[in-house]
Amino acid sequence: MTPQEHLAAALARVPYATFLGVRAELKGDELTLVLPFADHLVGNPMLPALHGGVVAALMELTAITQLAIASKSAKFPKTIDVGFDYLRSGKPVDTYARARVVKIGRRIANVQAEAWQGQRDQPIAAMHGHFLVSEEERVVSGE
Amino acid sequence: MTGETHYGEGSDVFERIKTMMQFTPQGRALGFELTRLEGSKVCGRVPYKPELVGDPETGVIAGGVITTFLDQLSGMATVLVMNEPSMVATIDIRIDYMRAATPGRDVMAEAHCYKIGRNVAFVRAIAYEDSLDNPIAHATSTFMVNATRKIGANLREKKS
Repeated sequence: MTPQEHLAAALARVPYATFLGVRAELKGDELTLVLPFADHLVGNPMLPALHGGVVAALMELTAITQLAIASKSAKFPKTIDVGFDYLRSGKPVDTYARARVVKIGRRIANVQAEAWQGQRDQPIAAMHGHFLVSEEERVVSGE
Repeated sequence: MTGETHYGEGSDVFERIKTMMQFTPQGRALGFELTRLEGSKVCGRVPYKPELVGDPETGVIAGGVITTFLDQLSGMATVLVMNEPSMVATIDIRIDYMRAATPGRDVMAEAHCYKIGRNVAFVRAIAYEDSLDNPIAHATSTFMVNATRKIGANLREKKS
């Protein structure tokens, strides 16, 4: 298993990722998280629409896993702050998310993420956040 | 809002807000509870459950659970200060983490809508375990008010 595959597998062991039903797909070092639709993910059953918190959680999980891959850390980074913008209502269909590591500093990393459904160019939500990256972890892994 | 009846008035308000919380499938799945209303503040709890853990090494509850909880409570705090209840939609929410939640402990939170206009509401929320003086996270959010859409709107094709 490559280090990237290890991380995708580590995500599968996170109980909350299992609770949501998240699945990781890895192409090289680019991660896509897939969240198949399920009834318990709904926030507003009248529309019905996914809970905003679920879409946020999907993007945050994508961000921390993609960051762990990019920083060559075996551990998930800690969240300092995250901001979520909601662009469209989340329909009762599968949702995808990808993250972009903008910068990794000595202690803090800046990451952006987007979630979409049918069309990649029509995101339903966006995230930007700061995460604490452990310096020792990266030294150990030979950075 | 002057001189009008608020949705948050009346002796049955706690029951009405509680019903609103249980209306959400994801809130039920996470086990959200309404604990009390304090003026225009909405207070609630997420019971600690092993399946909500975000870091198996430490047993700390996932950030996504806190986000969902604070978003939900903030939306409810918005409805509480309305004259006529309507659907609300989160425009944005930002969460600052002061520390990790303590493994094994329930997470409490309170949300307060400190300004509501015709289109937008502004809300603050704090998550903690024992005391607001030792917060886990703080959330600042804005909500679109009167976001009511037709029943089944998301089941129709087109529109994005």
